Amino acid sequence: MLLIRRLLLGLVIAANFCFPQWSMGGESQNEIKIGSKKFTESVILGEMAYHLINKKGVTAVHKAELGGTQILFKSLVQGELDIYPEYTGTIVQEIFSGELFRNEEEVRDKLESMGILMSKPIGFNNSYIIGMKKEAAKKFGIDKISDLKNYPELKFGFSNEFMDRGDGWPSLQRKYNLPQRDVRGIDHDIGYRGLENGSIDVIDLYSTDAEIDYYDLKSLIDDLNHFPEYQAVFLYRSDFAMRNPESVKSLLRLEGMISESDMVKLNADVKLAGKSEGEVASKFLERKLNVKTEFYQMTIFEKLIRNTYDHLFLVVISLSAAIIIAIPLGIFAYKTAKFGQLLLGTIGVIQTIPSLALIVFMIPLLGIGAKPAIAALFLYSLLPIVRNTYSGLKDIPLQLSESAEALGLPSRVKMIKIELPLASRSILSGIKTAAVINVGTATLGAIIGAGGYGQPILTGIRLDDTGLILQGAIPAALLAFGVQWLFEMLEPIFVSKGLRLGE
Amino acid sequence: MLRLKNVSKKFENLQAVSSVDLTVSERETKVLVGPSGCGKSTLIRLAIGIIEPDEGEIYFKGELVAHENLLEIRRKIGYVIQEGGLFPHLTAVQNIKLVAEYLEWSSNKITARIKELAELTHFPKDALERFPLQLSGGQRQRVSLMRALMLDPEVLLLDEPLGALDPMIKADLQEELRTIFRTLGKAVVLVTHDINEAEFFADELLLMKDGKILQQGSIRELLKNPVDDFVEKFINAQRVRASN
Repeated sequence: MLLIRRLLLGLVIAANFCFPQWSMGGESQNEIKIGSKKFTESVILGEMAYHLINKKGVTAVHKAELGGTQILFKSLVQGELDIYPEYTGTIVQEIFSGELFRNEEEVRDKLESMGILMSKPIGFNNSYIIGMKKEAAKKFGIDKISDLKNYPELKFGFSNEFMDRGDGWPSLQRKYNLPQRDVRGIDHDIGYRGLENGSIDVIDLYSTDAEIDYYDLKSLIDDLNHFPEYQAVFLYRSDFAMRNPESVKSLLRLEGMISESDMVKLNADVKLAGKSEGEVASKFLERKLNVKTEFYQMTIFEKLIRNTYDHLFLVVISLSAAIIIAIPLGIFAYKTAKFGQLLLGTIGVIQTIPSLALIVFMIPLLGIGAKPAIAALFLYSLLPIVRNTYSGLKDIPLQLSESAEALGLPSRVKMIKIELPLASRSILSGIKTAAVINVGTATLGAIIGAGGYGQPILTGIRLDDTGLILQGAIPAALLAFGVQWLFEMLEPIFVSKGLRLGE
Repeated sequence: MLRLKNVSKKFENLQAVSSVDLTVSERETKVLVGPSGCGKSTLIRLAIGIIEPDEGEIYFKGELVAHENLLEIRRKIGYVIQEGGLFPHLTAVQNIKLVAEYLEWSSNKITARIKELAELTHFPKDALERFPLQLSGGQRQRVSLMRALMLDPEVLLLDEPLGALDPMIKADLQEELRTIFRTLGKAVVLVTHDINEAEFFADELLLMKDGKILQQGSIRELLKNPVDDFVEKFINAQRVRASN
C-alpha cells in the first residue's frame, strides 16, 4: 500500500507540474466553485447560484451532477467547493445521522464549527414521499403509508441514497413495520421507468418532482410523520463568505423566493419540456428577482468538442503515467521472483475494486474533478501493462535468455537490447487492453466532476433522454475503437519485423 | 585456458554434475559426449557461467571466475547452442555486432570483422540483413558461429551446434567447423550425443554419464579398454549403426 501511495503522490506531483492550471495552488483564488447533486432540482439551484454570482470581476464555475450528499458535503468541508444546495432534513438525517439536534440553532452551530454557513430556507420543502401509480393505489385501496402493511407482495424500488440514509428505508420499515421483502436500490430517475413498466410498485419521490403529475402518481400520506422537513437551503463556506461578501449577498437574494409550485414548474421545464437548466434558472431569476443574466447554451458540436477534450485529458494523462510506471514495475516483478508475485497480487487486488468505488475512494485523497479520476484510471491501467510486461519477459524461451546471458552484456543493456524487444508484442497488447479499459472507465469520471463522455450519459439518465445518453456512449465507443486501431498501427514501429514474420 | 575444478551442480533432486574436472588448452578441441541427461550441457553452461556451481571453481587463464569478472570473461568466450539461439527481433548482422556495438567498436572495424567472418563461415553476404526466421537452419548456425567469434574469443563452447540440422547440411558444416577450429587454433569444447561427430572433431573424448566423466581418451582407447559395460555399449551402439 505504501508503494501505491507513493506512486500516486508522484503521479499527482508530476501532473501538477505538467498542468499547473488544475493544481490546487494554481487554481485562481477568486474562482467561486458551486456544486450540485446529480438530480435536476439540484442542478437548477446550482445554475441559479452561478447566475447570481458570476458577474464582472467574479468568476464562478458550476460543477454540476457531482453525485450524492456525501461527495458534495465532503468536498465543501475540504474546500473543493464553496457553495452547494442542500436540504435541512438531509443535513440532520444523513450528514449528521445519529446526532440529536433540538432546534435549527444547534444545526447552525454544528455546521459553523466545521466552517460552514447555512442560508435561510429558499422557500420550498422538498420532502421524501412514498408513491405509487394511482390506478394501483385505487385497486388495492392504498391511501396512507401504513396501508402498505397489508400488501407484503408489493415490489419496492428506492433510490440508492434512500436505501441506507438515516431517514430512509430501514427506519421507514421500522416505523411502519412494513413486511415487504422485494426491496431494491435503483437510480431515482430509472425508478419512474420501473414504475411505468410494472417491474416496481412503490418508489420514493421528491415532492417537487415534475414526474408526479406526468406519470399520474399517488403520494401516500405519511400518517406516522416519519419524514422531517426538507427545506431547501444553500450551504457555503464561511471563509468564502468572508472574502466575498457581495457574492453572498447576491446568493441570499434567493432566500424565501422559490415556492413549491415554482420548483415543480422549474423541474418540469427541464425534465418534461426539455429546456436546459441554465435557461430555466436564468428566466426564473429575471422574472422573480428582475436579475438579468446571460446564459450560454453550447451547441451539440461544442459540447462534443468539450467532452472529447475532457475525456482525452483523463485518458491520455492516466494512460501515459501508467505506461511509464507499469513497464518498470513489470521488469521489476520479472527480476525479483518473490516480490514480483506480491506486486502482481497487489495490483490484481486493485483491479477487483469496482471502478465506481475506486473513483469515489480517491475523493478524500484528491478532492473532486479530474485529479481523482486520473488517479483511479491510472491504477486501473496498471495491471494489464505490468502483467503483460512480466509475462512477455518470462515467456522468452530459455535458449534465448541463456544466449543473451552468455554474450556478457550488463543486465541493463541486455534488457533494453534483447529482452524488452522480445517482449514488445506482449507489452504493446497490454497497453492496448489498458487503453480500451481506460476509455470506457473514464466515463465514470463525470460522477466526480471530471467531465468527459460520461457527462451527457449522466445527464441523459437523469432526464430520461436516450439521445443525450448516445451523445456520450457513441463517441466513447468510437474512441475505444480508435484507440485500438491506433495501437494496431503502432505495432510495426514498436515490434520488430523479425518477430512479425512468423505470422 | 579454461579449467573447471571439482565442480558439482544439483537441480532440486537431480545431481546434474558431480565433482567434475575439465581442462581445455589453447589449440585443443575437447568433446563431451554422452546420452541425453548425462550432464554435458550443464557442464558447458557452468563453464560459461550461465549457471553457478554449488561446489568447485572455474578458472579462466588462471583467474578465478567470480561475479566481478564474469561479464568480461564471458566476452572472451564464444558460445553456440543448438538452433543457434539467435534473437529473432534482430537481423543476422545485428545479432553478430550486438556486443561489439556495446563496446563501441567503430563501424569500420565492425564491418571489416563481419566481412572476414562471413568469408570464414561461407555465409552469403546478401543474407546478412535477413532476420533469423528468413534463414535456413544451416545459415542460422553460421550466424550463431559468427556472433560467437565476433570479439575473437580465446575459448569457444558449442552445445550440440549441429543437432537440429538435416544430415547433408550437417556433414558440410562439420567439415567447415573443423577447418575453422584448426585455422583459428582456439580452445574448443564441443558437446554432442553423437559419437561419430565426437570422433570427427577431436582426438580426445570425455564420455559422461550421470553427471560424471566416466572415461577420457581417444576413441580407440575407449574401445580397447572400456572402464565398464556402458562405455562399450554406448560407443558400439552408434558405431554399428553408422557402419550399417
